[in-house]
Amino acid sequence: MTQDSGGPQQSTERSRASASTAKTTRTRSPAPVRPERVTNRGHVAWQGVIGELLITAGVLLFAFLAWQLWWTDVQGNHAQAAIVKDLGWGTVPLPGDATTLQRRHDDPPVADPPAHATTFATLLVPRWSSDYQRPISEGVDRATVLNPRGIGHYPGTVMPGGVGNFSVAGHRTTYGEPFNLIADLVVGDPLVVRTQKAWYVYRVTSTEIVPSSDIGVVAAVPGQADAAPTERMITLTTCHPMYSAKERYIVHGVLDYWTPAGGPIPTEVLGGA
Amino acid sequence: MYGWLWRSLPGPAWVRAVLLLVAAVVVLAACFTWVFPAITPFMPFNNQTVGE
Repeated sequence: MTQDSGGPQQSTERSRASASTAKTTRTRSPAPVRPERVTNRGHVAWQGVIGELLITAGVLLFAFLAWQLWWTDVQGNHAQAAIVKDLGWGTVPLPGDATTLQRRHDDPPVADPPAHATTFATLLVPRWSSDYQRPISEGVDRATVLNPRGIGHYPGTVMPGGVGNFSVAGHRTTYGEPFNLIADLVVGDPLVVRTQKAWYVYRVTSTEIVPSSDIGVVAAVPGQADAAPTERMITLTTCHPMYSAKERYIVHGVLDYWTPAGGPIPTEVLGGA
Repeated sequence: MYGWLWRSLPGPAWVRAVLLLVAAVVVLAACFTWVFPAITPFMPFNNQTVGE
């Protein structure tokens, strides 16, 4: 680098000291000698360390953002797809014959709640994507359910198909963000819950934004803590606004029909919402 | 700090650069694997359940 700058006396490499003193030349001098360091050594070195630590902290903060916003999605998407695959019954079969689909309105099978962090169902939302299918596991603990396994079922709320309020929570951002597109849902959209025994086709009835403390949305009758339920409902909860924990975005739905697993699959999940 | 690190490393410049690159990758991997998962529960933007 020093050679091509053309200073008459500087073609030798060992001329750093003379280069720094010869201020009249326009050469791009080699790495500055940091005269402050020489004159006031301890003080400036100390400041330099602080500065480098701060720069390092800034770089690590960016690394944390990359991890939180990108890498947890990579891991979450991969893990949730693997969970659905491992269920054995979770892969979407070939389209069934819509003319023989049984849209049943009698009492559906309702499973017993499984152990914590056990995956017992999947959620399909044609509005979001024709191939959207995410696992639903028992519990809403972030460390053991929501971060590694996707959607979580509020313990104590009914299981899919039950009379009451089948309530689930999921990340809207990060960790595979299963509820990322929740604001796209409109009244009438199908929310299809699939278990080993049956398909439960719910339809969105309302959406709302509530304070994060409002546990009434997951009550058996939303908003009425002690009322006896008569409907088979579903409720999705996630954070709102995105990247914030201030409020919650809530979607309610009611069961439209159910159909046994093994028969023709609901036409809703074939894209015919 | 980094100047001291650079002067302490052995070998020619390219060896030092490779060593620093490897060290940076190791630090980043450790952060992704252990550090960031440990501190993220204290971040205020990951809550999605009601009643907390």
